[in-house]
Amino acid sequence: MNTASLIESVTKRFPEGVSVSYTHRGDATVVLRPDSLLGVARFLKETPELSMNLLVDVTAVDYSAFGKGPSPAFYASSGAMVRPSSQIPDPDPWPGPPQGARFAVIYHFYSMAEKHRLRLSVPIADETSPEVDSLTSLWPGANWLEREVWDMFGIGFRGHPDLKRILMYEEFEGHPLRKDYPVKKRQPLIGPHN
Amino acid sequence: MTTHMPSTPKQPPSLETRDMMLNIGPAHPAMHGIVRIVTRLDGEEIKECEVEIGYLHRGFEKMAETVDYNGVMPYTDRLNYVSPLINNMGYCMAVEKLLGIEVPERCHYIRVILSEISRIGDHLTCVGATAMELGAFSVFLYMIKAREYLWDLVEKVTGARMTVSYCRVGGVKADLQDDFAEPCAKAFEETRKVLEETHGLLTRNRIFTDRMNGTGVISSEEAIAHGITGPFLRATGATYDVRKDCPYAVYDRLPFDVPVGTRGDNMDRYLVRMEEMVQSMRIVEAALSDLPPGPVLTNPETGRPIPAAEMVDLAKVGNIDAISGGCAVAGPTLEGSGRAQHPSIAVDQKQVFLPAKEDTYGNIEGLMQQFKLVMYGHGLRAPKGEAYFPVEGANGELGFYVVSDGSGGPYRLRCRPPCFAIMSALPRLLEGDMVADIIPTFGSVNMIGGELDR
Repeated sequence: MNTASLIESVTKRFPEGVSVSYTHRGDATVVLRPDSLLGVARFLKETPELSMNLLVDVTAVDYSAFGKGPSPAFYASSGAMVRPSSQIPDPDPWPGPPQGARFAVIYHFYSMAEKHRLRLSVPIADETSPEVDSLTSLWPGANWLEREVWDMFGIGFRGHPDLKRILMYEEFEGHPLRKDYPVKKRQPLIGPHN
Repeated sequence: MTTHMPSTPKQPPSLETRDMMLNIGPAHPAMHGIVRIVTRLDGEEIKECEVEIGYLHRGFEKMAETVDYNGVMPYTDRLNYVSPLINNMGYCMAVEKLLGIEVPERCHYIRVILSEISRIGDHLTCVGATAMELGAFSVFLYMIKAREYLWDLVEKVTGARMTVSYCRVGGVKADLQDDFAEPCAKAFEETRKVLEETHGLLTRNRIFTDRMNGTGVISSEEAIAHGITGPFLRATGATYDVRKDCPYAVYDRLPFDVPVGTRGDNMDRYLVRMEEMVQSMRIVEAALSDLPPGPVLTNPETGRPIPAAEMVDLAKVGNIDAISGGCAVAGPTLEGSGRAQHPSIAVDQKQVFLPAKEDTYGNIEGLMQQFKLVMYGHGLRAPKGEAYFPVEGANGELGFYVVSDGSGGPYRLRCRPPCFAIMSALPRLLEGDMVADIIPTFGSVNMIGGELDR
């Protein structure tokens, strides 16, 4: 199935669950409302013509610093404005990050039978305790991937059997891939733990 | 002789059994990598087990957000450090997809050749280490010997053995040598010999097969549900291979077969890896024979070969006349690069790839272009967007997901590590087996700490 019909079949089935959909650089992307995630995921897995049997990846993006990086002129040692190097022309522009949401959880699916890929993006408006539904009931492989998202971004997963840190240690404070976590921040050493 | 018969048969005294907790790792001689497995044992049988990872976490994704696009390259070397060229290629292709550029064909071929050589090295390490942990130490030595030959090839082209940083966004750092096919054929001859020896030593070896057959079994449905890809999945009978199913670079033009197993146990994984090495050699040989013509090395008019280093010195003292008429002969490899072959190994995009050294040292436009690209905050800028690109790593689908906000470096870079999925299924693989089966099963996972923990 090509990207356009892939997107169409999802939007047709979930007209109110999908907020935006687009194809960018050949990747089909569907942006969902958080409450429709589980339904869409089950639909992707169980519909024969989609048969997305492989949950390739679960990750997240913190959009809070998007486009707010220091401008190239900042690096001019003389203090004079420096014209940034010309940007590469973009034939198919990206619709941009989700509006009004700090985090987006990104899912990549692949169908081994149909050989097509789909990306789901689930923006989360809640900044203090972001949470989405867990996909562990459909794909056991989501277990560790969701634990990593929890560890790195502090995004919770409702219905996850064992949501705890995976790469960092239990005593670690904060969530390192959030944009407000400083790269050079140090954490106290911890003692042996049993 | 007894006359008295008890009315009921005598019961054997009931033994009180208790489960035992056994902690294996994080640093254990039979764990090639830092990982902790906590098991609950009933006798020798594993009732339950939990895997703890993260001991080699170095913040790859966080660090990638602090550097520019080409600055990520050394970090990617340190993901799967046994086959760094595949990581380089995967990352570069993801960024190139984001930029919407296509590298020249010759560059694709070079990347494919070197990734397949790395894949052989990775499988050799995996099979050799597994065999060593099962007591076949000579196999390990033979396989590492073969890997040395392959790493010599890698060193010839890239200048390093492990941390190669060879690819660049939009191209590769240097061209292949003219006579690359010759040492390559020799290395493959040695590798084939080693594979033959290994088959002789292991494939029908009773000690080896008894440990590998029927241990660590997983069905293909379960493997897919856990997100497992690569040789581990193919040993269960599923045929998914990114190189075949979603062909990238020039894999659709190269002849190779995808070996699959039937039982999904350790033995099948061993056999799949052994056959994949043969197929990788086939790919490299075909790619070398189809390699599109490369650089023009000498200038037929002047016939003046100038070593690149000398050319740089001349240019530094302003002696442009002496070099402007000549064409660098040392070109293709690490010693420098001739103008003529840049278009064939790197994309012809001013904003992406560094100019040829002759331009940098020979004219002001080249010098400006070089500075614009290397100065912090001025370099390569990708348009706003996102892209996911998967390649077939040695352990399975290695994907990079890049988000750009239009600045000089990735806004977010996610690496989808293939052995993460396999490690998450490890408890499922081990439960029900014996303690001793941890060793072959864990060996066949081919856990690479750098890739797993990033």
